[in-house]
Amino acid sequence: MEMNGSAVVAMVGKDCVAIAADRRFGVQAQTVSCDFQKIFPMGDRVFVGLTGLATDIITVSQRLKFRSNIYKLKEHRELSPKTLTAVISNLLYERRFGPYFCEPIVAGVDSTTGKPYISGCDLIGCPVEPADFVVAGTSTDQLFGMCEAVWKPDLAPEELFETISQAILSAVDRDALAGWGAIVHIIEKDGVTTRTLKGRMD
Amino acid sequence: MESLLGITANDCVIIAADSTTAHSISVMKHDQTKMHKLGDNLAMVISGNAGDPAIFGDFMQKNLALYKIKNQYALGPHGAAHYIRRTLAESIRSRRPYSVSLLLAGMSEDEGSALYYMDYLGSLAKIPYGAHGYGAYFSLSIMDRLHKEDCSRDEAIAIIRECIKEIQHRLIINLPSFKIYAVSKDGVEEVEDLSMQE
Repeated sequence: MEMNGSAVVAMVGKDCVAIAADRRFGVQAQTVSCDFQKIFPMGDRVFVGLTGLATDIITVSQRLKFRSNIYKLKEHRELSPKTLTAVISNLLYERRFGPYFCEPIVAGVDSTTGKPYISGCDLIGCPVEPADFVVAGTSTDQLFGMCEAVWKPDLAPEELFETISQAILSAVDRDALAGWGAIVHIIEKDGVTTRTLKGRMD
Repeated sequence: MESLLGITANDCVIIAADSTTAHSISVMKHDQTKMHKLGDNLAMVISGNAGDPAIFGDFMQKNLALYKIKNQYALGPHGAAHYIRRTLAESIRSRRPYSVSLLLAGMSEDEGSALYYMDYLGSLAKIPYGAHGYGAYFSLSIMDRLHKEDCSRDEAIAIIRECIKEIQHRLIINLPSFKIYAVSKDGVEEVEDLSMQE
């Protein structure tokens, strides 16, 4: 899990969720790219952030997109965030004894109820659905500290953006394997706002 | 031991590989071609252990040729990169994985100049410039400093030459010969053969 380095965090706000990730792709100490995608849209209002081994991030996101597409074709509706968590959990547990080295985070707004939702899993698919925030990657300790310090319930979308940006930038600054910029998605019932953050490029 | 270099310019991609084949402490061949032409405007430089680069390179070349015959059009750089990545990602969890690192260079109408970095695990990244091997430790900073978004072909070749000079100066492993290739809309051509003098 410490081969490529990554940091992903998701937070719940008032009728909105935010998910942020760093942009580094490296091989241990050597940085290869600063625009590696770790957050993938699985629907209009649902995003999945993946951390861990880069090859498994790509494979799992592709396999998940496939299952999401098949669901949409069969059901004529999109996967809700809660159901997506169950799909990911199944996908990862299928490889229980030869797992994908990948820890996902789901963030989304349910399109029918409008309720914000976040969840995370470990590499074999054990889900957890907290009410406040989830973290994953090589900077989890730092992210937990930052989130615990800055998060409050019922943050408005703009405030949530500020909060999650501060959390991720400060956390990755203390982690050699994560950072090199960050990307933040704010998901609300009527739309998604994506912003890239300028951070320390080291 | 083997160094691979790659850099994008606005109308072509320059890739380079050293030309030494060694077994432990002996140099077996000093004019080895580590480049595989995968299509009219697609080439890769590949390195690794135990014959895997040659076998994997040929395997990809033949499969991409088969795709063109079967479907009557060739896979572009993006498609080829993902096909090669999928092959590597399946290989890593198989009985005997391919142990290769590669840089894939391609030119196309839709993507322009594209350079992809891949390793034996199946990690894939589209990069403006990159390198594999010990040579990367000396080359990446040079490329960071000198590369511009709209590099010309000659500027890109000059940057590669700078990197090779530094590798030959500072790397304890002697890599006297390098081959430089350009992938453009006119095809894949060998730009320079920096060979050691006999």
